[in-house]
Amino acid sequence: MALLEVDDLSVTFARRGQRTVNAVDGVSFSVDAGEVVGLVGESGCGKSVTSLAIMGLLPKQPGLKVGGKAVFDGTDLLQLDDRSRRDIRGRDVAMIFQDPLSSLNPVIPIGLQVTEVLTRHRGMKGAAAEKEAVALLDRVGIPDPRRRLKEYPHQLSGGMRQRALIAMAVACQPRLLIADEPTTALDVTIQAQILELLKDLVRDSGTALVMITHDLGVVAGMCETINVLYAGKVVETARRRPLFREPRHPYTVGLLGSVPRLDAGRGERLNPIPGSVRDVLPWVEGCAFAPRCARRVDECVDGPPELVLAHDGRSYRCVNPAPVPGVTPDAAQALYREAPAAGEDAVPTPAEPGAVPAQAVPNDPPTVPGFGPAPREEESQ
Amino acid sequence: MFRFIVRRLLQLIPTLFGLSVLLFIWLHRLPGGPETAILGERGTPQMRAAIRRSLGLDEPILVQYARFLRRMIKLDLGTSTSTKRAVTTEFLERFPGTVELTVMAMVIAIGIGIPLGYLAARRRGRFLDHASVGGSLIGICIPVFFLAYVLKAIFAENLGWFPSSGRQDPTLGATRVTNFFVLDGLMTREWDAAADALWHLVLPAVALASIPLAIIVRITRASVLEVLNEDFVRTAEAKGLTERTVRGRHVLRNSMLPVVTSIGLLTGGLLSGAVLTETVFAYGGIGAFIYEAISQRDYPVLMGFILIIAVVYVLVNLIVDLSYSVIDPRVRVR
Repeated sequence: MALLEVDDLSVTFARRGQRTVNAVDGVSFSVDAGEVVGLVGESGCGKSVTSLAIMGLLPKQPGLKVGGKAVFDGTDLLQLDDRSRRDIRGRDVAMIFQDPLSSLNPVIPIGLQVTEVLTRHRGMKGAAAEKEAVALLDRVGIPDPRRRLKEYPHQLSGGMRQRALIAMAVACQPRLLIADEPTTALDVTIQAQILELLKDLVRDSGTALVMITHDLGVVAGMCETINVLYAGKVVETARRRPLFREPRHPYTVGLLGSVPRLDAGRGERLNPIPGSVRDVLPWVEGCAFAPRCARRVDECVDGPPELVLAHDGRSYRCVNPAPVPGVTPDAAQALYREAPAAGEDAVPTPAEPGAVPAQAVPNDPPTVPGFGPAPREEESQ
Repeated sequence: MFRFIVRRLLQLIPTLFGLSVLLFIWLHRLPGGPETAILGERGTPQMRAAIRRSLGLDEPILVQYARFLRRMIKLDLGTSTSTKRAVTTEFLERFPGTVELTVMAMVIAIGIGIPLGYLAARRRGRFLDHASVGGSLIGICIPVFFLAYVLKAIFAENLGWFPSSGRQDPTLGATRVTNFFVLDGLMTREWDAAADALWHLVLPAVALASIPLAIIVRITRASVLEVLNEDFVRTAEAKGLTERTVRGRHVLRNSMLPVVTSIGLLTGGLLSGAVLTETVFAYGGIGAFIYEAISQRDYPVLMGFILIIAVVYVLVNLIVDLSYSVIDPRVRVR
């Protein structure tokens, strides 16, 4: 039994006089205890809405409908009443957000923002809570934690703020941590440090982690299982290595191919996926990715593509998947075949830290912070 | 903090100096003068000149201004041309009444406005929200003097629940200490006098509170709605904090900044603008007196009044700035 089992989760926003938006359209995935799972996709694909729906944090508004199940340790989080949900949040399931500055209350000292979780869930007060808060800040690598307790978010640097947020999230040793683009708002060197910290925390405490990101480099460095989302549906699920090596869904292929590479020839163009995430087909009419897909065939628009379960436990939602071992598109193959051989040359650009997906595995020692995980010899084939 | 306050108070000096120059020039360019007010349309040119001479208005303007400044430094605002009493005496008698009225009105406006605005935001789109937003629109639209008359007619004259005029029942023979009647009653332990003064305050204060109340409701509502969508509120929710903690500690406090600003501005406005309400309730505050002074072209009183209002505005803004720094560490003064 998985720790978190998300089954057919759907989130729709209905507005009077407007088309109903299916932000999340039947997402299913599972997270085992202690596992690191990635939810990947471009902006607007429903990653964040998925996580907020699981946490019960979607802003209450008329026309919002959440369907499906999110079973955490035997309890369906979506069916809980407000009170029991608040009991679980922060204690068993915690979340880290994207923008550490806006995610911290600007008018309250960091200390109180940490201790309030301890007071709420662990009944700690006064000096005991403060002592624990100091220990927590220390654990997430904030120097001089005792002084920091009295400071306000605006007095901390971006990296320190994210560390403080992480301290609040892990304060009660949750069994599941959801990180929603935790490094997007940070600069490159800090990104690497924060990812390293998250890795350490997960390894030390056995907390399961759902990593939500658009950054394939982050996924490659951390996640064991990866779910690729497109237009509110999981279009491909695979373990990390097979996914990077043999992406089956054309969207995954496109994502991997669009990662900029330093070892590409001078003047060589980037390979974006044509169109934008708004050019979608409703899933009921066919594959939402069809309008942008290079491998589109007529069947794509005949109806919703079925989930195909492949022999190795991976699954994808495509009627004309990229073949294995693929011939096209070149970009994805090149990524897999050439990257290991490129070795030290394959330093990612500053814009995409660690974005050399095929090289990374979770236990890699960090090299220079911000320059991604070290290349592994055994990856070369 | 202390240095900040001193610095702000020192800023008063150039402000007041500039203001006094402006006022002086302005008043002397006005057609007519106190002699017209005293003599009316009759008076011969000789009589006018005699009065101008007796008031020192025939001297060069710079001399007049220098004399004015010298007196001002000694806190001597001169003698009212209409009541023949010292302007300072008149103010000390009347200004406390207006201050009491303003404070009472703001207590009502804040005490009702912030909770109502907050609840309206929480129940956005539901009945309470529509009622308070609509109600505040009406509150802004109704002229204060009209509301004052309606309140007086219903609650004072028909129902007889409240007194219809004055600041206190003169038959109580209350002792005067500061001319803040409620405060005097409390200080001298004349409880009935304090209660009576408070009772006299209710209707005019309610009338005066209508516009500030409406504005505070709207600003609080808008501000709370904005803060409810902030990321840090989501963080607080994600921590599993109780709804009460989230609302009190995270939402309300952050939404108070614009409200405090508006409270400061509104208070200053009320202090200077209670004229109509005071007239309706024959309330012995500064408003009605100033109205008289304007029609009598009572220069010393007007000058003094405008200067006092300037001081009040600076002080109120100082208090607003200080409360900012209590609420928001980012603008904390050192």
